[in-house]
Amino acid sequence: MYRSHVLVCGGTGCSSSNSQQIIDAMEKEIAEAGLSDEVKVVKTGCFGLCALGPIMIIYPEGSFYSEVKPSDVPEIVEEHLLKGRIVKRLLYKETVQEDNSVKSLNETNFYAKQHRVALRNCGVINPENIEEYIAVDGYQALGKVLTEMTPQQVIDVILASGLRGRGGAGFPTGKKWSFAAANQADQKYVCCNADEGDPGAFMDRSVLEGDPHVVLEAMAIAGYAIGASQGYIYVRAEYPIAVHRLQIAIKQAREYGLLGKDIFGTGFNFDIDLRLGAGAFVCGEETALMTSIEGHRGEPRPRPPFPAVKGLFAKPTILNNVETYANIPQIILKGADWFASMGTEKSKGTKVFALGGKINNTGLVEVPMGTTLREIIEEIGGGIPNGKKFKAAQTGGPSGGCIPAQHLDVPIDYDNLIAIGSMMGSGGLIVMDEDTCMVDIAKFFLEFTVDESCGKCTPCRVGTKRLYEILDKITRGQATMEDLDKLEELCYYIKNNSLCGLGQTAPNPILSTLRYFRDEYIAHIVDKTCPAGVCKHLMKYTIDPNKCKGCTLCARNCPVNAISGTVKQPHVIDTSKCIKCGACMEKCRFGAISKK
Amino acid sequence: MKSLEELKAIRDRAKINVHLRKENSPDNIRVVVGMATCGIAAGARPVLAAFTEEVAKRGLQNVMVTQTGCIGLCQYEPIVEVYQPDGKVTTYVKMTPDKVDRIITEHLVNGKVVDEYTIGSVGNL
Repeated sequence: MYRSHVLVCGGTGCSSSNSQQIIDAMEKEIAEAGLSDEVKVVKTGCFGLCALGPIMIIYPEGSFYSEVKPSDVPEIVEEHLLKGRIVKRLLYKETVQEDNSVKSLNETNFYAKQHRVALRNCGVINPENIEEYIAVDGYQALGKVLTEMTPQQVIDVILASGLRGRGGAGFPTGKKWSFAAANQADQKYVCCNADEGDPGAFMDRSVLEGDPHVVLEAMAIAGYAIGASQGYIYVRAEYPIAVHRLQIAIKQAREYGLLGKDIFGTGFNFDIDLRLGAGAFVCGEETALMTSIEGHRGEPRPRPPFPAVKGLFAKPTILNNVETYANIPQIILKGADWFASMGTEKSKGTKVFALGGKINNTGLVEVPMGTTLREIIEEIGGGIPNGKKFKAAQTGGPSGGCIPAQHLDVPIDYDNLIAIGSMMGSGGLIVMDEDTCMVDIAKFFLEFTVDESCGKCTPCRVGTKRLYEILDKITRGQATMEDLDKLEELCYYIKNNSLCGLGQTAPNPILSTLRYFRDEYIAHIVDKTCPAGVCKHLMKYTIDPNKCKGCTLCARNCPVNAISGTVKQPHVIDTSKCIKCGACMEKCRFGAISKK
Repeated sequence: MKSLEELKAIRDRAKINVHLRKENSPDNIRVVVGMATCGIAAGARPVLAAFTEEVAKRGLQNVMVTQTGCIGLCQYEPIVEVYQPDGKVTTYVKMTPDKVDRIITEHLVNGKVVDEYTIGSVGNL
């Protein structure tokens, strides 16, 4: 019997800052201190506060240590585990109060407003041990469904809960299931979309890494509801930890008879296989994903027929996102009313967001639908670093849009986000401060879609490239107002004529920035300036002769010898030679160099 | 997996392994074992182990067993303090693993302090 558990995050964020080394050091130190029988070290999934990783929690005290280094481990073992003295200098600063007492993690700004449903086991259980999942009521929902409910009752519960797809479009999950259930076929399929491709999004990865069994259980429930016996998880090969843990989870579930034949002695058969994606963004689109599982090149096909009618291998298929599945077992166990009590009128439950960009608490948060962007950014996210001003938040990845400051108080749900020109998407939330150029941001996302366009349809293949070229021209100060009109017209053309979701939404970053930041576009085109000072070609570095002391440091650091001047005399930048790298400005000790 | 009962049996068996990992609720009884050098030297470790094991075995969900440093009464170690949710604190001194069982049954489960093990009964303070 262990008296203490040391939980160390083994998610991708903390793993890349060496949490495995910490685990190894911890086990070694614990053994040396003779505590191996008393203290257990557990590698868990993501705790959410990735900015402060590697993270370690020690129970029963619940001490939350952040930014732990392998060299801190001996002190933790000696002080905390051996002598029971919490190492205050390593505690997450927010948990230490002014009088030096320690407050509960759930009272900190980052966690207080969060409500964990999909992430409830992340950072709590060992994802590589099925018994820990079972200990927290894992597979109880599957047992309940198989022994007490009919497939139609399962679908009714999901319908009544109001759960909508968490992958982007927000289609009601129960409806999707009922369509597939209604179609008769000798074979049906249940697929899981774990091809999370939006830049800056890592919600699904964290669920797979921290709680892989929840996805397996939910897929089996879906299989029972629609009458399928085979499931596929399509996961990116770029998520090695998630793939590894899924493999372990599937193997363990088969050993325990929770996947396979005659589950719970009810005659229900269900098995799951993994398919690895090679990193094409378009494979996150449902028809392209299924084409890829079939072994073909991942290209979308027209809908209808919808997957519920003719999906994988031309059989009725449902395809849901990882986070959608992560909600299912809880809905079955706690009931549709419990789930529907959270959120807004048309968007029920919670949503996981991956917070990134210019924000203090980079990480993973789960909040009830209807929480405002301001609460997420200023309270949970801890605001913007270096006292900068908020400019916009980008949601929905390359298919989404930018939300400006005037909409910070809009309650976030599917419909409100669409009304203000963005979309929920899978949940990436990138915060931008006043130093961000909106034209440059639109260009960044278009560069991504140009790269990722599969090339099957012309509007997307050629159109996105043309959009990118016009944006590039604008950022170089070479565009005219006619170009801007052409840009907008082309956006709508691509939106209306592309084959799949990727093309149809690719112009969104441009359209939403045009909607809220048109003046910035015009500044680039008419005034040939970049108000945020980002677009290199529109910037000019100058030396203030009154401030320059003639120290020659800038001239010596200029890589193209564009700065001339003699010692103790003001220097001058030759703008025709300057490549605008900013090296001179960085080096100047007198603040004499400015960019405009 | 042939039945729901089988799953429930695994759950109940596995539960005691994870119930430690809960946010501490203010309604819990806290059993704090002094584990400074003085406490360890006097034999606090087997006492702590006995508490952990017994609490887990009986499935006492409202008891948290933890440790602390030296509280300054080294000659009375091993010292165990029991903090009740109502704020009452009982200090047991010169503890041994044999005494643990009685404290759990009488005090933690039935709410009756085992007077003869407390610091008050050893006198001279």
